[in-house]
Amino acid sequence: MTELVRGLWVVAYRDILGFLSDRFRIVASLTFPLLFLAIFGAGFSNVIGRMAGGVDIVQFMYPGIIAQAVLTTSLFSGVSIVTDREVGFLREVLVAPISRTGIVLGKAAGAAMVALVQVAVLLVVAPVVGVPLSIGTMLQLVPMVALLSLVLSGLGILIGSFARSQQGFQLFMQMLVFPMVFLAGVFFPVDSVPLWMEVLSKANPVTYGVDAIRQIFLGTAPATAGLGVTVFDHTMSLAEEVAIVGGLGVVLMSAAVWAFRRQE
Amino acid sequence: MRSPMMTDTASPMIEVDRLTRTFGQIEAVGGVSFEVRAGEVFGFLGPNGAGKTTTISMLCTLVRPTSGRAQVNGFDVVHQRSDVRRSIGLVFQQSTLDEALTAEQNMRFHAYAYGVPREVRERRLRELLGLVELWDRRKSRVRTFSGGMKRRLEIARGLLHHPSILFLDEPTLGLDPQTRRRVWEYLGDLRARERLTIFLTTHYLDEAEEADRIAVIDSGRIAALDTPARLKSDVGGDLVTIATSDGPRAADEIRDRYGFAPAVVEDTVSFHVPAGEAFLPDFVRGFSQPMQAVGVRRPTLDDVFLHLTGREIRDHARDGESR
Repeated sequence: MTELVRGLWVVAYRDILGFLSDRFRIVASLTFPLLFLAIFGAGFSNVIGRMAGGVDIVQFMYPGIIAQAVLTTSLFSGVSIVTDREVGFLREVLVAPISRTGIVLGKAAGAAMVALVQVAVLLVVAPVVGVPLSIGTMLQLVPMVALLSLVLSGLGILIGSFARSQQGFQLFMQMLVFPMVFLAGVFFPVDSVPLWMEVLSKANPVTYGVDAIRQIFLGTAPATAGLGVTVFDHTMSLAEEVAIVGGLGVVLMSAAVWAFRRQE
Repeated sequence: MRSPMMTDTASPMIEVDRLTRTFGQIEAVGGVSFEVRAGEVFGFLGPNGAGKTTTISMLCTLVRPTSGRAQVNGFDVVHQRSDVRRSIGLVFQQSTLDEALTAEQNMRFHAYAYGVPREVRERRLRELLGLVELWDRRKSRVRTFSGGMKRRLEIARGLLHHPSILFLDEPTLGLDPQTRRRVWEYLGDLRARERLTIFLTTHYLDEAEEADRIAVIDSGRIAALDTPARLKSDVGGDLVTIATSDGPRAADEIRDRYGFAPAVVEDTVSFHVPAGEAFLPDFVRGFSQPMQAVGVRRPTLDDVFLHLTGREIRDHARDGESR
């Protein structure tokens, strides 16, 4: 047990340290989502204007952008396994008296911490885009972001354990990230898109993470007014979405632990 | 680096019994058995691809043996992996540092991972970084270090948690001769202070000379295991080389008069004699044929390897070293 806990914290510590000592990464990871918000928001706001439930497009997109930032950061956390293998540092980790499961959980925890820092910075612009912030929102947001991040970093680690080169990992991830983001209701409500897209979006578990974060920010009113996710005529509640994301997390994290342990 | 502790036979630091590892069809290590005594420097000498790295990886719990058994510091490498890991320090042939972090951060990560208590950690960090002369550079990122500095930092890091055994896999590969000598000076210092057992793999012959005992490994098997001096004397003493105008005829005379078994390469004849310097004056006076040159030298480990395997250690580099 102590080997699991020690592995968890030491790996998380190093990943956070790595993030903090890479200024380029900090700047890029914070400006990218803001850029998205500014461009898409400005591009759509005159065309779309006010949406159902008294929400405008920027307010609708803002929680989505937060979810997207969490998604990208978490999925790409798996790249550190690949780079560590390439530069040799992975051996230092693998030969230490810490458990492999602890290493995987530590990678995920490190990603969740980085994602939370990112979200904290993005929250600064909430008043600017007209999204109300309350203590209640924050209290729900922190665990939700952490959960979503842990789940998706599980997927990142799973892929990172198999990838043999950084280029391979990056390419595979791009292929995965684009559909996952664009078919997750970040930029448009999944109930009002063409049927094929709706089906794909509702099959994409990330959709429920995005909608959960949106419900935390905007409350249930917009969701019931058509901006939420309706499955078989049932509008998903926050609790149901948390359950879906959590269930997926158990599956992905177990797979990640299995994949990481099987390597020599 | 001869050690006075070699007689310590209490219980071996490393005990290996018919250890085997295959990768698919390829047998990288084919049933090796040996013991490493506490306090000795034990060397694995062999060409690339001989199975040195695979053996070390099994002893370090990174690769599972296909069959056979190995104990390190009394712990089984398959069933007591954590205890083995805590007992050993490692310096691999490729760097395993995080180059984005500073020297100190790399050391701290290691201390945390091995659960070194805080009081010990800070004292030890200072002592070891001082010893390898990197204390002044502790706040610099490893990325800015030279190859020699990185290797020194890895050695310091490998010792941070007070291991009983230090594994060095080709510790001076890719370093220039001067830096190599420095690394061995540090290792000598460390060994004197810490009562370390050192397990080393190398294909540098002069580096293998640092060992108390050497296992010569070839194609996954141990061809010989002894002290460097005894391995060399097994070759048959000093090597005398003469250059003549008629090699085969000179060889006949040497065979008939002295009973040695000379090797002829064109007009160069070479043979082993027990005491070369004493033999030479009489030989030169008594030999009937003209000679252009005469030489005598002590056998090297290269001769040992040639003698044992029929090949020069340098001529048969193969792939697979980094497995």
